[in-house]
Amino acid sequence: MLGAYLPILLLVIVAIGFGLVSLVMSSLIGPKKFSVLKMSPYESGCEPVGTGQERFSIKFYLIAMLFILFDIEAVFLYPWAILYKKLGMFGLIEMGIFIVILFVGYIYVWKKGALEWE
Amino acid sequence: MDIVILGLPMMYYIAMVAKVLVAFVFVLLTVAYATYAERKIIGHMQVRLGPMRTGWHGLLQPIADGVKLFFKEEIVPSQASTFAFLIAPLIALVPAFITFAVIPFGGVIEVAGYKIPLQIASYVDMASGKVYDINVGVLYILAMSSLGVYGIVLAGWASNSKYSLLGGLRASAQMISYELSAGLAIVSVFMLSGTLSMNEIVNLQSGMGGFEWYAFKQPLAFIMFFICSIAEINRTPFDLPEAETELVSGFCTEYSSMKYAMFFMAEYANMVTVCALTTTLFLGGWNGPLATTFTLLGPVYFVAKVYFLMFFCMWLRATVPRYRYDQLMHIGWKVFIPLGLINIVVTGIWNYLI
Amino acid sequence: METLFFLIVSLVAIISAILVVTCRNPINSALSLILTFFCLATYYVMLDAPFLAAVQVMVYAGAIMVLIVFTIMLLNIRVNASKSQSHKIVLGSVIGFFTLLNTAVIVFKSRVALPNGPLTGDIIKQQGHTELIGREMFTTFLLPFEITSILLLVAIVGAVILAKKKI
Repeated sequence: MLGAYLPILLLVIVAIGFGLVSLVMSSLIGPKKFSVLKMSPYESGCEPVGTGQERFSIKFYLIAMLFILFDIEAVFLYPWAILYKKLGMFGLIEMGIFIVILFVGYIYVWKKGALEWE
Repeated sequence: MDIVILGLPMMYYIAMVAKVLVAFVFVLLTVAYATYAERKIIGHMQVRLGPMRTGWHGLLQPIADGVKLFFKEEIVPSQASTFAFLIAPLIALVPAFITFAVIPFGGVIEVAGYKIPLQIASYVDMASGKVYDINVGVLYILAMSSLGVYGIVLAGWASNSKYSLLGGLRASAQMISYELSAGLAIVSVFMLSGTLSMNEIVNLQSGMGGFEWYAFKQPLAFIMFFICSIAEINRTPFDLPEAETELVSGFCTEYSSMKYAMFFMAEYANMVTVCALTTTLFLGGWNGPLATTFTLLGPVYFVAKVYFLMFFCMWLRATVPRYRYDQLMHIGWKVFIPLGLINIVVTGIWNYLI
Repeated sequence: METLFFLIVSLVAIISAILVVTCRNPINSALSLILTFFCLATYYVMLDAPFLAAVQVMVYAGAIMVLIVFTIMLLNIRVNASKSQSHKIVLGSVIGFFTLLNTAVIVFKSRVALPNGPLTGDIIKQQGHTELIGREMFTTFLLPFEITSILLLVAIVGAVILAKKKI
């Protein structure tokens, strides 16, 4: 078990190390000339209006919620997929019921127009 | 040779460090030269020459770009959330570079009497001589790539700029949507393979002279998975988050110097990973004619297949125009998800009947 | 070695969990929570349960936290005002104490399968952890599994209604 995970730990350390070193190096080497205009957010050359963290459409929130729900469905599908040959017809039917119930939910989402982007 | 640390021979540790470093440097070089290759290929497709000045036919261009970015000023916008702003490129970069740990890039080679599997996260059990890898390899990749979204969403939010916020939001919604459809598309592969271990999936495709690929058995899943993956890593024609005509540069508008370069590297490293994953799951991995006899041919086949898919990604960029955002979400949610579910059900019934 | 690694991971888990509640900026809290989930995933790996570890990262760190980050961004919560919140601290510590007590009772009083339970490391290695979980889920716990789909259906309907009201 250890043998398979140790390399990943090493790879994570190498990747983080590489990222940190290049960040620190570039901030040490690069010039630093402060000016108020340069530090202001980019807005096509105009004066920035309001803050950059405006409220945004609820749509994105809905997509994130639906993503969680369907992601959980996918998570249930993985162990089933690797077992389904051994489970036979029984496994096929039980997953069939599972998918059909969630497909009803999917059709509901579609009919309610939650997947439309204006 | 006989020293054993924590139940593993010394050779294991030497091989581990070697594999990690070689693979890391290889991906880094591929990333650097992918930018060059992309400019060259698109240049020639558009009857231009691409970079020509630095070195022979511009071969030193990636190095020149890297050095230039190193010497650029780091700008942190005045109203940015500093911590999130600084850590966002790191969060984007690290998952992109650690996903290839489970991808097998060759068979088992023998060095000084010790068997070394050419896959980073694997080892040979001393007693039984069997190769063990993470038996949920595919889920590891899905889990890690699901973390990449934070780098982008944080970059967009922390910059405190309208373009960044819009780019970050678009990117994250797009990434999670297509992550879902890509995840559904590969379920049918696991139904055939009966395992989630990358090593075994590759071995199962070794029949018929190395051409028993899942791409032939599951063509729909192959096409869906590749398209969804391209969309998940924000490549053209789905590069809405960076649509320069609308959003300047999307989530990385406010970034400069090495931090900007890290987003770029993450994007190309993700491209390498996605191509490698597609190769492993659908194109037989390192399998090919005579690959089992001459083990060193394995990595050659693997790299050739990955580079071909990468070339295909670049070709797409030169050919296909960018999608509109509503069209993009429409395809993701209304075409690929039902298609993926139908594919699963059809595969299930098909295999039961035969 | 394993103990040392466990202690390091636990230390990171505890520090990041404390940061979740002490960070002023909600986004930083969310980031600490992701780190905590990561440490939990590491525990699963150490317990020879790689499938649970992957699912922990995929669902909790990769999906639920995206929603939380979106919510923070949606509500535009910046650094929260430093009001005195002593009553919340009292309430929180009372709840925390009882949760700890509850966990302690479960660990010490009930039957927790020690390493000598029916599923040893060798069996897991032979049959595969994912297969074992799947087999139990699709045979013994068939009804709960099917009920999960109805639960998810309810959640889908709920999500749409929640979002629709505000449009």
